[in-house]
Amino acid sequence: MDAIVAEQLTKRYKTVQALDGVSFSVRDGEVFALLGPNGAGKSTTVRVLTTLTRPDSGRALVGGEDVVRQPGRVRRAIGYVAQDSGVDWEATGRENMLLQGRIHGMAGRPLHARVDELLGLVGLDEAADRIARGYSGGMKRRLDIAIGLVHKPRVLFLDEPTTGLDPEARAAMWVEVERLARQESLTILLTTHYLEEADRLAERVAIVSRGRIVVEGTPEALKAGLHGESVSVELRDSDGRLAEAVQVVQALDGADEVHVEGRVVRARVPNGAQAIPTILSALDGRGFPVASVTTARPSLDDVYLHYTGRDFAAEDEEHTPVARAWGR
Amino acid sequence: MPQVLRHTGWMVVRQARNLMREPIWIAMMVIQPMIWLLLYGQLFSKVTALRGGASSYVEFLTPGIVCMNAFFGGTWSGMAMINDLDRHVVDRFLAAPASRLAIVLSQVARAGITAILQALILLLVGLALGVRVHGGVLGWFVVCAASALLAMVFSGFSNGVALLLRREASMIATANFVGLPLMFLSSILLSTALMPGWISAISRFNPVNWGVHAARNAVVVGGDWGPTGEFLLFLVAATAVTCAFATWTFRAYQRSI
Repeated sequence: MDAIVAEQLTKRYKTVQALDGVSFSVRDGEVFALLGPNGAGKSTTVRVLTTLTRPDSGRALVGGEDVVRQPGRVRRAIGYVAQDSGVDWEATGRENMLLQGRIHGMAGRPLHARVDELLGLVGLDEAADRIARGYSGGMKRRLDIAIGLVHKPRVLFLDEPTTGLDPEARAAMWVEVERLARQESLTILLTTHYLEEADRLAERVAIVSRGRIVVEGTPEALKAGLHGESVSVELRDSDGRLAEAVQVVQALDGADEVHVEGRVVRARVPNGAQAIPTILSALDGRGFPVASVTTARPSLDDVYLHYTGRDFAAEDEEHTPVARAWGR
Repeated sequence: MPQVLRHTGWMVVRQARNLMREPIWIAMMVIQPMIWLLLYGQLFSKVTALRGGASSYVEFLTPGIVCMNAFFGGTWSGMAMINDLDRHVVDRFLAAPASRLAIVLSQVARAGITAILQALILLLVGLALGVRVHGGVLGWFVVCAASALLAMVFSGFSNGVALLLRREASMIATANFVGLPLMFLSSILLSTALMPGWISAISRFNPVNWGVHAARNAVVVGGDWGPTGEFLLFLVAATAVTCAFATWTFRAYQRSI
């Protein structure tokens, strides 16, 4: 059975078409990622599925219940960890969890036992009775997840679970999510704008761009769908002639999806080892000094570029507030 | 017990507990009204005309300060809602089966309870300064009721504004804009008889003044309860209106996310 079904969801906020016909489904027990840059419509999709906002049109079922017609039943079946932490800073970790449990109709010993269990599971047992204001970013995030799990939901929504965390905390969070998915036998819908995160955690990934799902599949299948390898040529000095360098590479046989990131020209080729000498001599012939060359199997980055025709990082920058960009 | 009451109860407990952890807040809550009482009480004590029929200015002033405190507390109570919106606590509750009404009503209830506690503290300080509550036990009850209702009237209003504006700076501006004028358009500091005609006319429609009349009658007169009951009923009606306003703005907030 499908734990989540979204059919042709649309949602418009004043001038922005946040969702423009989003459809996908998530199987029971699966970890599914919505991957896309900031502003792609991931969070809006999650807000529709968690009953926080109504879609303008389309239909969505979570745990078999319609999010618009039976929002109460959906709320009981889901845990929601929002992009922005919902922790009450002035309460202790334990108090945060107890209140959430009570809202879900739990009480007495079963509630306390569940809270203890989860505090242990996310490694907050020692900090449980401290005021959450003093928690680190990673601890608040783990508390958010524990709060979302108090009532043993079947489906957990994790909206950007690692945004704003330092690399160490992010890696720890990944281990946490993997363990929880197993131990709590959860269906998890994860949104992220980290390609690496989707690759690491999700069994299936749907790439979201401008309110639509562009492509979906397992990370492996998506990458395998792009034949060949990517070649990155770092120029030592381009003298503002990057566009020309792109043209040079583009003119070569078999080079596809040529684009620039900083001083690096990237292209997809059928075979990296064979293409490198040709690329280098072509660039050399036009007087471009090359600093380094690397080849790689296609990444989700390449998948994104392939299906949207846009560079992921550049797209993300466009919508990223400066403060958040600094945090990464 | 209906869900809305249970959820309101838990949320009031949460807010009260959080406030109790702010020592400064407790100090302000207890000390500030005392300062008003002592300061104004001393400042105007020689002006016998101010106090109407009361035996001392402090006796006249005490129920006024109780009401001033209650309605100030109410006008500022939307700050807690803004804080919860900013911290995304409200959204967390909304994605859970929390009673929607309880999210709003708990703020109002908390303001009412706080006002009762402050009223009791002020009455005790008043007693120490020689104030007599002529209405006896019923008088105490009426003062507490007037105080709680006033706080709730303005808390409903304040939370509605908080949900509409959703910004701390706008909330502060609104609270200031509303607070002081309503205070001076009431008989908190001096009896209605001394007001210019137009202020006296306006003050009749000022909910703050309804509370002041009820509380003052309970302390200074302690009889003739009819008008007092009417004022309390007006306050109940006003509370219903502002809570409806807050609930309506809460729906507007839900539609906006």
